[in-house]
This record gives sequence, structure tokens and C-alpha cells, in this order.
Amino acid sequence: MPLLGNIEVDLTEEEVEKVRKILGREPNPVEAGMIDVMWSEHCSYKSSRPVLRILPKEGGRVVVGPGYDAGVVDVGGGYVAVFKIESHNHPSAIDPYNGAATGIGGIIRDILCMGARPIALLDPLRFGSLRSPHSRWLLKYVVKGIGDYGNCTGIPTVAGEVEFDESFERNCLVNVACVGLARRGELVLARADKPGDLVVLVGGATGRDGIHGVTFASRTLTGKSEEERPAVQVGDPFTKKLIIEATLEAVRTGAVHGLKDLGGGGLTCASSEMSYKGGKGMELEISNVHLREPDLTPFEIMLSESQERMLFIVDPKGLDKVAAVMDKYGLPWRVIGKVIEKEEIIVKFRGEVVARLPTKILADPPVIYREAGRPRYLDELLNIEVPPMPKDLSATLMKLLSSENIASKEWIYQQYDHEVGVRSVLKCGEGDAAVMRILGEDRGIALSSDCNSRHCYLDPYGGGAGAVAEACRNIASVGAEPIAIVDCLNFGNPEKPEVFWQFKEVVRGIADMCNALNVPCVGGNVSFYNEDEVTGRAVKPSPVVVALGVIEPLSRMVTMPFKRQGDEILMIGETLREMGGTEYYYVIHGVEGGKPPSVNFEREKRSLRFILEAARKGLLKAAHDCSKGGLAVALALMSVKSGFGVEAELSCVAAEDMRLDELLFSETHSRFIISADSSHLEDIFQIARKLEVPLSRIGVVCEDGMFTLKFRGEPVISCGVEDMTSAWRSTLPNAMRGG
Amino acid sequence: MKIAVIQFPGSNCDLDTVYVLRHVINVDAELVWHREFKADAYDAVVLPGGFSYGDALRAGVIAAYSPAMKHVKEMAREGKPVLGICNGFQILVEAGLLPGALLRNVTLTFICKWVYLKLENDRTAFTWKGRRGQVLKMPIAHNEGCYFNDEKGLRELHDNGQVVFRYSNARGEVVPEANPNGSLDNIAGICNLEGNVLGLMPHPERASEPILSGNGSHDGRIIFESMVEFLRGEAVATAR
Repeated sequence: MPLLGNIEVDLTEEEVEKVRKILGREPNPVEAGMIDVMWSEHCSYKSSRPVLRILPKEGGRVVVGPGYDAGVVDVGGGYVAVFKIESHNHPSAIDPYNGAATGIGGIIRDILCMGARPIALLDPLRFGSLRSPHSRWLLKYVVKGIGDYGNCTGIPTVAGEVEFDESFERNCLVNVACVGLARRGELVLARADKPGDLVVLVGGATGRDGIHGVTFASRTLTGKSEEERPAVQVGDPFTKKLIIEATLEAVRTGAVHGLKDLGGGGLTCASSEMSYKGGKGMELEISNVHLREPDLTPFEIMLSESQERMLFIVDPKGLDKVAAVMDKYGLPWRVIGKVIEKEEIIVKFRGEVVARLPTKILADPPVIYREAGRPRYLDELLNIEVPPMPKDLSATLMKLLSSENIASKEWIYQQYDHEVGVRSVLKCGEGDAAVMRILGEDRGIALSSDCNSRHCYLDPYGGGAGAVAEACRNIASVGAEPIAIVDCLNFGNPEKPEVFWQFKEVVRGIADMCNALNVPCVGGNVSFYNEDEVTGRAVKPSPVVVALGVIEPLSRMVTMPFKRQGDEILMIGETLREMGGTEYYYVIHGVEGGKPPSVNFEREKRSLRFILEAARKGLLKAAHDCSKGGLAVALALMSVKSGFGVEAELSCVAAEDMRLDELLFSETHSRFIISADSSHLEDIFQIARKLEVPLSRIGVVCEDGMFTLKFRGEPVISCGVEDMTSAWRSTLPNAMRGG
Repeated sequence: MKIAVIQFPGSNCDLDTVYVLRHVINVDAELVWHREFKADAYDAVVLPGGFSYGDALRAGVIAAYSPAMKHVKEMAREGKPVLGICNGFQILVEAGLLPGALLRNVTLTFICKWVYLKLENDRTAFTWKGRRGQVLKMPIAHNEGCYFNDEKGLRELHDNGQVVFRYSNARGEVVPEANPNGSLDNIAGICNLEGNVLGLMPHPERASEPILSGNGSHDGRIIFESMVEFLRGEAVATAR
């Protein structure tokens, strides 16, 4: 590693030279450490920034777009929703419990520091196969870490998704999203723009934990990564709960001019970014920082990533009021500096200047234009031999229902308190998205997170667009209108052209679908280096998209289970022969290749509009989108969740010419299954004709406990609903029994 | 009539409980910081769910030694209603206001799900609006809800009518399959001899509005409405 200021830094020789040139001198070790952290991929987004520019960030509902700690959208009634997603992949891969817990801790602070009360958490997770003991260990402790932390802070974990795939075996992906709610006028920004304001550090004491956490997260994992456990922070959800209540109470005093959490990059990142946003500087006296151990050096104090800390910018006249709130909750606080006119970060230790840097060099590092090249594996995988037709399609469906990616995730979400806050009106497992009501209003916020990494692997562009589409479909399925997304982009090493090509393609796909559906991307996170040096294997590209929607009134909410015998089952959309990356190919045939589902922007837009209009008119009794496992699995789950049987005729499904197994399990986009009262059929078809959406009556809801799919009158699949239920429910508990 | 909901550091169902009392039950309820709580200012008190003091040492034990609990004990002695929900139940047990102990769930995991409860005693200050044998639907969300007592203590509870709620199936049958956490005799909630102190693990505040229950029920209301009407002098509480 190159030397800068006499210390080893995680930068290239070229970057080190750039620092010297900008600064016009050699930095001292403290300054070099600060620059090292701020120029890391994790803090600077140096590889991704030039690519992310193409994402649409504006829209009628956007109040605050990317660039702050979280995106803010107007959800009506004078309320705004604040939301953000982050990754905690590297720490979780070596210390799943603390890694996942502190991931929650970090994202909560991002929401809180906008002045909003966090009201919901979502947890998109990716692991290697459940067959692997290592993956089961990771799953068990990641879930426990999320549960212990989230439950204690009183923020319900209401949604998420899990994918199992060998590519995540050594690099699990632990993403976490948080949503907050505030009155529009209550928002606070992470900026310091009034010279003379005080810089107040609140919360936990500063220790040696997490030093260089961000540079650790900006590298591939190696065989020695286990030894880097000290780079993983340890969380304290009880202190976090106090910080939440104290921060919201302090903001109400009116004396808080700016707020930012201390996460990656610690005090260095928080002080420089707040100053840079406000066009000012800061002078800090860090001997005032309260320490966990007495002998921390200035270098360590500036780089520590100890958890449960917040930086407040406080009006000097209001310090007493803010201090009284902190004292009530027993939270330590110290005035550690002040905002200054000059755009510099001046760090003093016992009166002596130990670092003096322009804010720009810290908060606006140079970007890198990386090389991108289409990976060779694509040609191989796209053209494969079509696997044989299974003999018994009933058995095939049962196997898919019990497959790790489709099976019930109840084992996970039962360990999360998903009810606290009394806002969860559509709960885990009941619909395609969670719905959180706004107390005192007849409106709610719908939330869903989605990504199909197998699709992305075969077609990053289509996969990126598909992730946005699926998340929005899930929002629409519950009767809510999607209004914005945030994304968490998980990839391998961006220094490899094929990984960077995947990244660029995914972002292009996300941008195009956002534009087509008119849902801006108001924030996000990029996690590179999810790659293992021992095996040289990168994770499948995983752009996790969290969509947020608004539903009003709540009586228009639609759930997934069938409701009554005799209700009509209808299908929206046309099924195409798109088998690549399907769960069916992988689980039944062990095949990863083939042509993955392609996106059709116009069709996606129309099918969303159809569902929303039908839901608003109260015509839908149940709705579910077709995703993993295709139409057969979608129908089966609506049946399993309700206990009702189904009798359907597959020749009625709008489709191109293909084999029966393909018709059942293709994962074509833009499709939904709905059920409705027969008296509403005419109204429903009228909407479909108006919007030119393919719509077909495919069956009826039955009470005989049988799930029967026929083709031209001949049974193709015939399963008992109870058998399907136990197949779907038992996979995770069985795998996790005994650890 | 004024009902206090005590906020300990780490309480997290405090605002939910105040919301339900004020906006669903329509009574005067106040969130009170534990240091500021005084017995004589209130007619009833609720100890809400959450993780008071981060469950340090043992769930509920530190809050049980808060000065606020002296006042809670005074209210219990005076016959005022004292309700402990989830962590509040754990605090009441740790403070000696209710007998027994709440151990780690037998699953060794946190459990959040809706359960059925059989109402065993309809003469307490919190249940007199229900019927004995009635089946109520409410959610649980806890790590340490496994009720334990020694043989003698358990017998006394039953003999004295202090067992108020037991986990059951939808038909009201108290069977082992309906026991989510390993509680002795499927016990989900108990009261004192006088019937004015109730502790339960399920969350009535999460089951007081049809929109939250999934099946249109609002069984949690029975507990709050019984308490309010008890305060209006329409009933006399007793365990027996």
C-alpha cells in the first residue's frame, strides 16, 4: 500500500499524488487518515458517482432527493416519508450478529437525522444455499441481530426478502432499509451553515471499534478477513432508543439547526459533509470528545466508528434546552467545536492544531472513470439446450413450493416485532407489500423490496429494470400508487471491467424503468467488493429496490389470499417463453442459463395502471403479482394463504406458443393474478379494454381443498391445498432446526 | 378520570398505548416519564411493553427498582387498576406485585405472532366486560414470556382464580400446540388476589381496532373498556 503522511493508506499511487497536488504539501498522519477514509469507495462513491447521474431524481412528490442522508417524499396530508437503504454486507459476512445489528443502527440514524420518527424497517437478505452449514449460521445470527436490535428500538421490521444462491456463500448481502414519518415543517437537514453555531456530540462514548470500517468495506474479503473483526462495530439498541426519543424531543425545541449521524467515516465524515453542504467550515477541539478509553489518539478519535453517536449543530442560545433533553434521557453530550466561516476542517487536540484541511478535499473527492466490458459468460449462458419436460408437474410444483427461495419466510419474520407502533395494517405474509397507516389519517404507506439476482446475472439491464418493476407491482397489488424508490446496488470488485459493466447496465435499467413508470430514485447506496479473494467469486449483481407507495383511503387495501368460494380468478398480462434465470430451471433442472424475462415499459405501465384503477374502484378481492415460480406458484400461494382450492384452465391464459411447464413457470414481467366477484367482471374487463391490457378469466375459487390446473379439460396439476401448505411452510424451520 | 402510561427508558409500546386509550377508548391518558410519576395524580396506571433499560440483567428487573414503582405499589394497595403489558408484566413480576417468573421462551427466539387466548376469569377490573370461556385474538411479541411458578405457587394461582388468560386454539381448547412459549399451564396473564393488578404477555393495544386484527376483531378493547368502566364505579374487582 502506498504511503501518505508517513502512514499506509488504502489509495492508489495516483490518488496519493492527487492529494499532494490539491493540498500543495504532504499531509500529516491524522490528515492522511482522514483523507484515506473519505476517499474510500464507501464514503466517496468515486466509482459509482459518474454512473448514478443518469437516475431520475425529480418528480412531483420529491421533497429532498439524493445527496442527503435519506430521500424525502410527500405522502399527503401534510406528511412526508423519509426513506433510505444501506448495506452492511462486509461486517455481516464475518460477524453476522453484530454486523446485521449495527446495519440497523446506522440506517435508523440516517432517518432520525432528518428529524423524522423511524416507523418501519425492511430487510432484504442474500445467503448461500441453506444446504451449507455456513449459510445457516449466517442466516441464524443475521436474523437474530436484526431482531434483537430492531425489536428493542421499537421500530417494526415489516418487510424484506431473502434469496439463497451459491454466489452469496462467502459474501452474504445484508441490506436494510428504514422509513420515517414527519410533518413537512419538521424536517432538519444535515448541514452546518451558520457560523457561531455549536457542534455538539451526543450519545455513546468514542472507542476504538470500527476504526477503518469503511476501508474494510471497500476491499474484497480475504482469508484473513476474520482477523478484521475489530473493524466491526458493536451496537447498543437501548442507547439507540434513547437517542431516537431524545433527538426528536430536541428537534422540537427549535434550537437544532443541523443533524447528522456518525456512521462510516465517523467524526471526519460527519463534520466535513455537514460543513461542505452548508458552504462553511468547522473548528473542533477533540479533547472534549467523551472517550471509552482514556488514551485514544487524535487519529483514532477522528476515525472511530463507534455506534450510537449523533452530531448536532445547535444555536448557542438554545444549548440549555437541548442539554436539558439529553440530561433527561441520561445521554452524554459535549460541545466539541463550532461552525466557522472559512471552508476548512480544523481539528485541535488540547489546543494544538492536529489537522487542517479544506472541506472540499474531504467531502468532494475526485471520481474514477472505470473501464466496463461485457462478461464472456453471457454468451455461454444465454444459448442453452432446453431441458426436458418433467413427467409429473404436480410433483414439480410441490418441489418449487418447498424450494428455499419460494418457501415461507415465517421462520424469519416471526423473530421480528412487526407490529409495534400500531401502524402495521397489512402485515408480513398477507400481501405483496407491507402497509403502514398514518395514525389519525385514512391513508397509508406501502413498502416492498425486490431484486431477482438470477435475472440480473443473465441480463443486468433487464434485471435492474425488472427490480424496479417488481417492487412497483408489489406496491400496486395492495392498492397503493408507487411514488418513489431507493436502491442498494450490491456488486463485486468494480476494478474488474466485467463487474463494472454489470453495474452500468443495471443502473441504466433502473433509470429507464424509473422514467417509464415516473417513479424517481430519491436515494441509495452502492456496495462494491462483494467478492471473495479465496475463490475469486463475485456475488450475482443484486440491485435491491425498495419502492414506496401511497394508499388512500385504507379501505381500498387489497390482500393476497382468496376470499370466497365461487370468486372468479383472472390473469393480467401475457406469458412469454422466458425461462432463463427462473426458479424452475434452477431448482428442477439445475440450469442457470436461458433467455431471462425482458422488460416492456409500455406493458408494465399499463398493467400497473389497470391494477390501481381496479383497486380504487373496489373491484379486487385479492391480488398478487407473478414473480418467482411464475403463474403456478402465484396461484398456489393465493390458495395456500387462504385455504381455498382453485380450479383453473390453462388454455385460457394469454400466452405465446410453448410447452406446459414453460407456461406454468415462466417468469415474464407485467403479470398479476386477481380474484373478483363475478358481478364485477364486466367492470373489470372494461378497464382492461380501455388500457389495452391482456386480461383472461382462468378459473374459480373452490372450497374442496384441491388445487387443480387443467389444460383443455385434462388435469395437469392436482395437489391438496394442505399438502402444498406444509411443503411451503416446513422448509426453513426444518433447515434451521438445531442450527 | 386520568390514566397514566409510564415511560421508562427503553419502553416502546408507550405511545401505542396512549394512542389507543385516547383515540380508541376515548379516555384521558397521559404519557409520564418514570421519574415524574406520582400515584395520587392518577386513577389507574399502565406499564407498557418494550425493553426497559435494554433488558439489562433480566427483563424488567431494573425498572422494578425505579422510584416510580413505589407509587405503583401504593396505587395497587389502594385498589386502583394497575395493568402491565408484556415488559410491563415482567416489571410487575420483578417488583413482587404478581407472583412467579417469566423465563426465556422455550424456542429460544423472539416470537411475534397472533395467538388465541381463553378468558379464565371475568371478575377482574380488566375483564369484567368479557365472559369466562370467551376466546380472544391478540398478538404476542416477546423473548421472555414463558410463565413459571413452583408447584405450590401454581396451585394457589389456580385455586385463587388468579389465572386470567391462557393460550388456546381458536376453539378455546387449552392444548400444548397452542402454547407459543412454554408457559406452565399455557398461562398468558395473571392477576393479584384483589383483581386490580393484571399482567399479561399479549398486547391488547395492538388488538383494539379492526384494521389491525385482520379478521375485524378488536378483542383488546375488553381490557381497556373494563378498566374504564371499573373506574366509573360500575363493577367491583376480585380474583375470586
